[in-house]
Amino acid sequence: MSIRKQKIIRLTLSYIVIIIAAAIVIYPVLWIVGSSLNPGNSLSGSSMIPKKATFIHYKELFDLEKSNYLLWYWNTLKICTITMILSVTMIALMGYSFSRYRFIGRKNGLMTFLILQMIPNFAALIAIYVLAVQTKLIDTHLALILLYTGGLLPMNTWLAKGYFDTIPKELDESARMDGAGHFRIFWQIIMPLAKPILAVIALFSFITPFADFILAKIILRSEDKYTLAVGLYNLVAKQFGAEFTKFAAGAVLIAIPIALLFLSLQRYLISGLTAGGTKG
Amino acid sequence: MNKEGDLDSEEPKLENLTLLVTLFNKVKKICCIVRKGTGIYMTDTDEMMTPHRKKALSLSLIPGLGQIYNRQLLKGFAFLILTISFIVAFKDLLNMGLWGIVTLGEELPRDHSIFLMVEGIIAIIVLLFGLSIYALNLFDAYENGKKRDKGLQLNSIREQYRNVVDTGFPYLMLSPGVFLLIFVVIFPILFVILMAFTNYDLYHSPPAKLVDWIGIQNFIDIFKLDLWRETFISVFSWTVIWTFVATTIQITIGVFLAVLLNQKDLMFKKLFRTILILPWAIPAFVSILVFAGMFNVTFGTINNDILALFGIDAIPWQTNPFWAKVALILIQSWLGFPFIFAMVTGILQSIPEELYEAATVDGASIWQKFRTITLPMILFAIAPILITQYTFNFNNFNVIFLFNGGGPPVPGQTAGSTDILISWIYSLTLESKQYAKAAAITMVLSVIVISVALWQFRRTKSFQEEDMM
Repeated sequence: MSIRKQKIIRLTLSYIVIIIAAAIVIYPVLWIVGSSLNPGNSLSGSSMIPKKATFIHYKELFDLEKSNYLLWYWNTLKICTITMILSVTMIALMGYSFSRYRFIGRKNGLMTFLILQMIPNFAALIAIYVLAVQTKLIDTHLALILLYTGGLLPMNTWLAKGYFDTIPKELDESARMDGAGHFRIFWQIIMPLAKPILAVIALFSFITPFADFILAKIILRSEDKYTLAVGLYNLVAKQFGAEFTKFAAGAVLIAIPIALLFLSLQRYLISGLTAGGTKG
Repeated sequence: MNKEGDLDSEEPKLENLTLLVTLFNKVKKICCIVRKGTGIYMTDTDEMMTPHRKKALSLSLIPGLGQIYNRQLLKGFAFLILTISFIVAFKDLLNMGLWGIVTLGEELPRDHSIFLMVEGIIAIIVLLFGLSIYALNLFDAYENGKKRDKGLQLNSIREQYRNVVDTGFPYLMLSPGVFLLIFVVIFPILFVILMAFTNYDLYHSPPAKLVDWIGIQNFIDIFKLDLWRETFISVFSWTVIWTFVATTIQITIGVFLAVLLNQKDLMFKKLFRTILILPWAIPAFVSILVFAGMFNVTFGTINNDILALFGIDAIPWQTNPFWAKVALILIQSWLGFPFIFAMVTGILQSIPEELYEAATVDGASIWQKFRTITLPMILFAIAPILITQYTFNFNNFNVIFLFNGGGPPVPGQTAGSTDILISWIYSLTLESKQYAKAAAITMVLSVIVISVALWQFRRTKSFQEEDMM
């Protein structure tokens, strides 16, 4: 068997495997797009490529009187944005002080963060539920924002600290010589240099609450306060199948913008994750 | 020291003083340890002790007096006022909280056990905070007393101010984050731990009933009562199987596809890579719900289109426990492989070409090259990530709950047949209101996750970093 023949066999086999994998990945996407264009509410008796494609379900979703979908979208974006701003601010401050200052409790603090990072914040599910009920924070967005922000802090503080460590300390020292105060050094010298990691953290802290289901499910009770995850789930769970096409349209409208955002920023995400992985 | 103590105790008048000295020595030892911890070596010993530090320290048992003795009036009064206002402000909270957490309420309808527990935890946090200020006060008095003993000049008020600003700045920066962490992360964890030792459930639920401490009864019940034990064992074994099978499959597929797509002479690499990364880009809750539709028995495409195409009869994906499990593992493989795929692709591109060239010169086959170069490189680089993948799936609530709600149900059990620990905890909490049992199971689960995590970061770089020591 010549080398050439071997190569052809290898490449053909590779293509076959890859194309099968790609087909398996693509199939659910095509199916849900097809379902969303299907006239009628349920899918029974329909085919994947509908004969009379229609955008009626999309229109229904955008009709504020018939559906809360836009409201859910708005809620989600609001929660994600506030969480992002809050957590980036706190993480930058904490990462900086862990990286630059030596103070009593620093080492223990870092250890605590390392351990907390390993415990998913819904491990305390019951407590969160009971406490939220008792403090009347149940069914509020505030509770969710605080929970998400708190959950993001440990891991991302490590990430930020790792990055700050790579910024030379001489910069701080020379600024201090020139008479800059603590806050000024942080704000005017370090922050501009830390933009890449802050961007990664911002991305994380936007996507994490967006993709979360369990905390939102526990905290949110009334339909007009739902986030997309809970809302979409209820759309299906209430009467499975009966409104499946509407659900499909809703799913497509979430998947497309997020997937585009994700694919365009993918490089940064991976760099952040590998840094996080090797660092802690 | 003991000998002296015995002698002194014969003289009642000296007893108090001895106690004070013993206490003082203990505190000093702690200071010593603290200072060793911070890397400062302590040179002087007991013999070198002169009265100032001793007096300052013992006077500081009432915060502020030591500083006043050291003639740092402003600081001394600050400590004094701080202490008084701490006592005044928190006296009721501490009193009530500590009483409440011990008794969990005695009388209905006055007492609400859960509120009392919450107050108790807050009281303990406040108390710890107060004690650390107190320790700071002792430490400060002792330090300045020592300076005086050595005849050194004490810091002026201006210097003290600078000092406070310099040392206080990191704490100031940390405070918002730490405050939030304490209340939304640490507080609930403490609450779960406490709850595991109570009888809090639907029948012991405030405000109608009181909750009581029952020790480790919940843990005993879970392992002894037949109903609980059987459910626990079946849920736990499925959780373990689920974690290992689903995670291993997704890792294998991810690595395999990444290696396959890394062949130099392959075309359309970029396109294929983008397609294969799609499942990661789409929010998981959307894909899982879509899959729930695809596997649906009446209108799902898996039975109606795909299996029908191959002439296979419809499979009861959501009503048969075995097939539900198979479906879940298939779904998780679809959801999870792109992450590994992306990571490994990045690593493969960073392996130097020379390694392979050298191997080719030595006559290595493709398989040998993969086994001796590619695989070790990949495993070395992503080992920490792999472990987080396992812990992630161990707690992967979304896929279990959104696909089938943990179902199909098992007669005579509180958990469905595909429930993993975390989703079981969820339904115990929100559906059957078995808070205490759920808390006990959470603790079991957390112990597992934390021990894996600890084992993991003994091996990671961050643990060995020099500035951690």
